[in-house]
Amino acid sequence: MVAMSSLAVHIENLGFHYPGNSGVTYDGLNLKIAEGERFGLFGPNGAGKTTLMNLMTGLLVADTGSIQLLGHKIGTKSKAVNKLFGFVPQDFSFYQELSPIENLEFFGAWYGLNRRQIAERSKELLEILGLSHVSYKPVQNFSGGMKRRINLAIGVIHNPKILFLDEPTVGVDVQTRHAIIDYLKQLNKQGTTLIYTSHQLSEAEGLCEQIALVDNGKIVREGNLDKLLEEYDHQNLEDLFLNLTGKDYRN
Amino acid sequence: MFKLWASIVKDVRILLRDRVGISLMFIMPVILVIVVTLIQNSTFQLMNKNKLTVVVCNKDTGKLSKQLVTTINKIGMFKVVQVDGSQNAQQIADGMHTNDAMLAITIPPDFTSKIETKAKASSNKALKSFGLQADSAKEEKLTGATPLTLYYNPSIPESIRFSVNGALTSALQIVESRETLRTLYYAINEKEMPQQLENEMLNGKAQINQVPVSKDGSIKAPNATQHNVPAWTIFAMFFIIMSLSGSVVREKVSGSFIRLKTLPTNFAVGLLSKQITYLCVTLFQALVIFSLGLWFFPFINLPALNLPSNIFGLILITVAVGYCAVSYAICVGVFAHTQEQANGFGAVSIVILSAIGGLMVPVFAMPGALKTISTLSPLHWCIQAYYGLFLEGAGLKDVVISILPLIGITFAFQGLTFIGLKRKKLI
Repeated sequence: MVAMSSLAVHIENLGFHYPGNSGVTYDGLNLKIAEGERFGLFGPNGAGKTTLMNLMTGLLVADTGSIQLLGHKIGTKSKAVNKLFGFVPQDFSFYQELSPIENLEFFGAWYGLNRRQIAERSKELLEILGLSHVSYKPVQNFSGGMKRRINLAIGVIHNPKILFLDEPTVGVDVQTRHAIIDYLKQLNKQGTTLIYTSHQLSEAEGLCEQIALVDNGKIVREGNLDKLLEEYDHQNLEDLFLNLTGKDYRN
Repeated sequence: MFKLWASIVKDVRILLRDRVGISLMFIMPVILVIVVTLIQNSTFQLMNKNKLTVVVCNKDTGKLSKQLVTTINKIGMFKVVQVDGSQNAQQIADGMHTNDAMLAITIPPDFTSKIETKAKASSNKALKSFGLQADSAKEEKLTGATPLTLYYNPSIPESIRFSVNGALTSALQIVESRETLRTLYYAINEKEMPQQLENEMLNGKAQINQVPVSKDGSIKAPNATQHNVPAWTIFAMFFIIMSLSGSVVREKVSGSFIRLKTLPTNFAVGLLSKQITYLCVTLFQALVIFSLGLWFFPFINLPALNLPSNIFGLILITVAVGYCAVSYAICVGVFAHTQEQANGFGAVSIVILSAIGGLMVPVFAMPGALKTISTLSPLHWCIQAYYGLFLEGAGLKDVVISILPLIGITFAFQGLTFIGLKRKKLI
């Protein structure tokens, strides 16, 4: 049982539906993610992973219930809680016309950092993620892997306490995937809670300690990955995933 | 403030890298203002300095048709090219093409005899009315002269055709009046009328002085530059919609907007940044186009722009126009779903608002209902404010009054934008 004071995310009795019930519906969902965890959110297409992540980041507003990040309720008029987390969306979320350093300058300022903090963090991140040599070149000419690294750098420039990652390695080569996963582990060691979703289950196995399997707007199972594998007598996450969510096509 | 500054820096960087956007905002309007002013200036000069070539086919051999041709020449509006009097309509049309003439006149064979007959009839009637004995044996019925025929190229504007018709009617009246006067003088005095007396009686007409009316009492003759530079500056300022609304939509539909919504900063800061950045762009556009009018136009034989003495008023109007243009562009960007929608609607709407606002055709020349509709166009209030300043010498009070409706429309755009942002949960 996770203590209330050390919860990174606390979802209570969450209700949500899209207009006209056109997508996934949540009804009375509860979820707790402890601070410092590497938490994986998995499920088939249309299961509601991205919807849940959008609700946790305030991109969508819940109909009922509450979502708290580190004890602060999300979805209020104040955007102060948004300083606590970083978000790495699946799409490239930056300005393609600008260089990496220019993107970091802008997003750093909007995260509330001052000039000195932005300069220091930008230099550090670009070095770690191997982008120093292209700091001043427009992003639009970069490869997919380089763009993924910039997407990640922007999400962590303000040293967030929680980092939401929506398929952060989709479409990248093995080298870039390893670099990103290694960096995420490093961040986690420094205290950042990772909330991660992906269809790359083998990659997820190496990253996540705690997982939740979501399907049709419900959490099918959640808990420690190793214990779940042992409980269901599976060798890997993919087998467990298919066991709990079935083999039918999803839209 | 640092967040706003960072946003402005970001917007300026993106703007400077958008070469197509910059060319649409600066190069296109500059070309437009030069070309339209050149064209309108030639039309202005056509009516005031250049002469219209007119082919004259005189089928009459009498003295009065020669006098008519001389009178037409003296009007100063026409360059007369005479062709053989035996030509038919087709040959006259060919003559127009050969001489690059837009007009041709045929004087009928009985022109002199008809005018003389009419003059004698008028003279007799006049003598009778004076109680004097008229020559009853020579009494003629008062009938009109055989009409002239005016051929014209269909491409000639109707306004010019009306002016030509008025000038020819005036020339005909001079010839007829002179002949009537001569006939009457001869009937009374039985001798020819002295040339000096004839000149005094016919040439001593009252002159018409044209005085432009201004609010500050100064007299500035309007010209193509004074009309076109403010009009196309407004058009250019509103044409930033192509770049600005596109930028708002691009931010909305691209991934960057998803992240912006999760940041601890209100999107209103981003919109304020765009307003400041693009307001500066519109002011720079005005500076460039006014500078062209001031210093470049004289080099290409166009009249130089006369800046109004009320420079503070000029700045006030330009800021109001620029802010209205920016507000409109952001409003369109907020409601558009795609960049194609924003660009298509933006461009077409600016052309329509220009047309009904009086940038292309003056509002006074519009039919009644359209005059009322024109007041709904922000560009109408922009051009009225500029014309008040450039052509009528408006004072500061007049300027403030003239931009009040514009400020009202700007607030309406801002209100619509706010509603759009609220509905889309962007602020």
